[in-house]
Amino acid sequence: MRSPHRSLTRRGLLTGTLGSAALLATAGTLAGCGTKGAQQTEAGCKSDDLSATEKKLAFSNWPQYMDVDEKDESKRPTLDAFVAKSGIQVTYTEDVNDNNEFFGKVQNQLAGCQPTGRDVMVLTDWMAARMIRLGWIQKLDKAKLPNVEANLLPSLRNRPFDSDNQLAIPWQSGLAGIAYNGKHAKEIRTVDELLTKPELKGKVTALSEMRDTMGLLLQASGHDPANFTAAQFDDALAKLKRAVDSGQIRKFTGNEYSTELAKGDIVACIAWSGDVIQLGFDDDKIKFVVPESGVMLWSDNMLVPNRSSHKANAEELINYYYDPAVAAKLAAYVNYICPVKGAQAEMEKIDPDLAGNPLIFPDEAMLSKSKVFMALDEKQEKEYETKFQQVIGA
Amino acid sequence: MTALAHVPTSAGEPAAAPRRSRSRLLPYLLLLPGAAWLLIFFALPLLQLAAASLYDPGGSLSTGYAMTWAFDNYPAALQAYWPHFVRSFAYSAIALVLALLMGYPLAYAIAQKAGRWKNLLLVAVVAPQFTSFLVRTLAWKTILSDNGALVGLLRDVHLLGPDGRLLATPFAVVLGLTYNFLPFLVLPLYASLERLDSRLLEAASDLYASPLRAFQKVTLPLSMPGLIAGTLLFFIPATGDYINAELLGTPNEYMIGNVIDSAFLVRLDYPQGAALSFLLMAAILAIVFGYLRKAGTEEVL
Repeated sequence: MRSPHRSLTRRGLLTGTLGSAALLATAGTLAGCGTKGAQQTEAGCKSDDLSATEKKLAFSNWPQYMDVDEKDESKRPTLDAFVAKSGIQVTYTEDVNDNNEFFGKVQNQLAGCQPTGRDVMVLTDWMAARMIRLGWIQKLDKAKLPNVEANLLPSLRNRPFDSDNQLAIPWQSGLAGIAYNGKHAKEIRTVDELLTKPELKGKVTALSEMRDTMGLLLQASGHDPANFTAAQFDDALAKLKRAVDSGQIRKFTGNEYSTELAKGDIVACIAWSGDVIQLGFDDDKIKFVVPESGVMLWSDNMLVPNRSSHKANAEELINYYYDPAVAAKLAAYVNYICPVKGAQAEMEKIDPDLAGNPLIFPDEAMLSKSKVFMALDEKQEKEYETKFQQVIGA
Repeated sequence: MTALAHVPTSAGEPAAAPRRSRSRLLPYLLLLPGAAWLLIFFALPLLQLAAASLYDPGGSLSTGYAMTWAFDNYPAALQAYWPHFVRSFAYSAIALVLALLMGYPLAYAIAQKAGRWKNLLLVAVVAPQFTSFLVRTLAWKTILSDNGALVGLLRDVHLLGPDGRLLATPFAVVLGLTYNFLPFLVLPLYASLERLDSRLLEAASDLYASPLRAFQKVTLPLSMPGLIAGTLLFFIPATGDYINAELLGTPNEYMIGNVIDSAFLVRLDYPQGAALSFLLMAAILAIVFGYLRKAGTEEVL
């Protein structure tokens, strides 16, 4: 097969490679103009609200964050009731699996003032804060949200990134604290026990979500996660680093810790309250602990992005989910902290057990121990996130 | 390129065999869809990545990034993350050796000795690929679980200490890499071993070559194209992989892929992420070209 053509094609290949390299170099100069800022303003990205004529709504949410019918998983009772009542067709998509990943998905459209095809999206508070900071989120009309005005829990009002409660309305909220598997470990009460007890070595995980893990560590070090200095952050981070270096902490996880906690591969971890309630249904040895130093309160929020042309429809949906009777039905299924006042009374009718669960309807004592992580500006966010990532290994 | 340059002249000579010029153009027309695809989905993004790796590292998402030809991004990124580079190459090299030890005999057996079981065995190699990469890696998590049968057995025979574990160790990560990329090594090897003419082996033994010598002189050289293609198909994705380290390892086993993932998605440090991507690409290319030179078969490229 060694015909003379062979060397010719090889040479051709070489010239081609060199040629395209030269092309690359020239085009590189052309591309050398950098990127424009992603900062937008709501006014600069105005879009007409077509809600009056288009009765539809695209809703992006996390998986298992909506009640489904026990007999028919494709039916969503509260959402179907909304569709029937309002006549608004809702396209419900479970396409949010990770805040950072979702940010990557919509970033180019929102930075370029393009429609994302979504009218409501549910994102965690710090990501909501980032998008609000970038001017990507539309202001809601309070007159159209009377239920929210009346029923939003006080601890979730007037948060630093949304001081007037009209940009990010909580969908569900929850706590980040400690969980342990009573089959393999004795009760754990403090973060320090979690990070130093020798019998837990190599069987502890923490969350890769910086605000949850560092919030707990800041509290355990005697600092306030809602208001701390860079030196205090470093102090708490040093404590975390000691636990990583000593091999106490096995790894940093997202939601996937729950199966390992159930199997006993890990015996204690920093965990989210809703996951632990779910695990507790199958195995009552798995317990959630509010550390003595305090817990972190987080929330997932409904946001209406720029260039969504169904804002009024979205407002109708948000208002609907702040009806205590609807909120109770939803909370009975998702088991996170319900942000709606009055839902507890409604829950008594559905499931009295759940109505008495402080991880779904927290009492004053628990709420007084909970903190929301400080709102960070872009520079702080990058600095803290980089330091944290270095400790957790990436 | 040169042929394209001829086009206007041939078009300018009306009588000079238009059929020939059309047939000369044909290969380029056939290339067009593929080339356009490569340009849009490979060359342009690569170009953008190259530009991003030279952006001002002081830029930010809200203000944008200015092009400052910041070549310093490269040494800075390398200095911060060289252990991850070393780890990536070490893990995938060990995995490659393990995969070769398993994969070569397997491919040989399927190609030469399997008889009527050949198709079934091939399906057995390929079938796991029908499920998602993620699901297969998660399955290993169950297999290696601290309270699973395997770890229990190893503890009973004292190969592992009473508190020993497999999950969340370098061992688990290398094992995951070996398993997940094994078919990429086996299939090309199988393809070239299948074409091996068994009469050549007979001839070798007729000429008093020992089986080992026959393997060295006949089987191995003839399977070289498959071996090289297989090792490259294995090594390149294994080095850049981050799923195995993420799911089966701990932060101490994180590879360069995990760092790039975090630079782009978590830390939002685009210049650094892009610089690390290019460093990884350059390192892999250097290794591949060095390897091909050494192996002396450019035919596979």
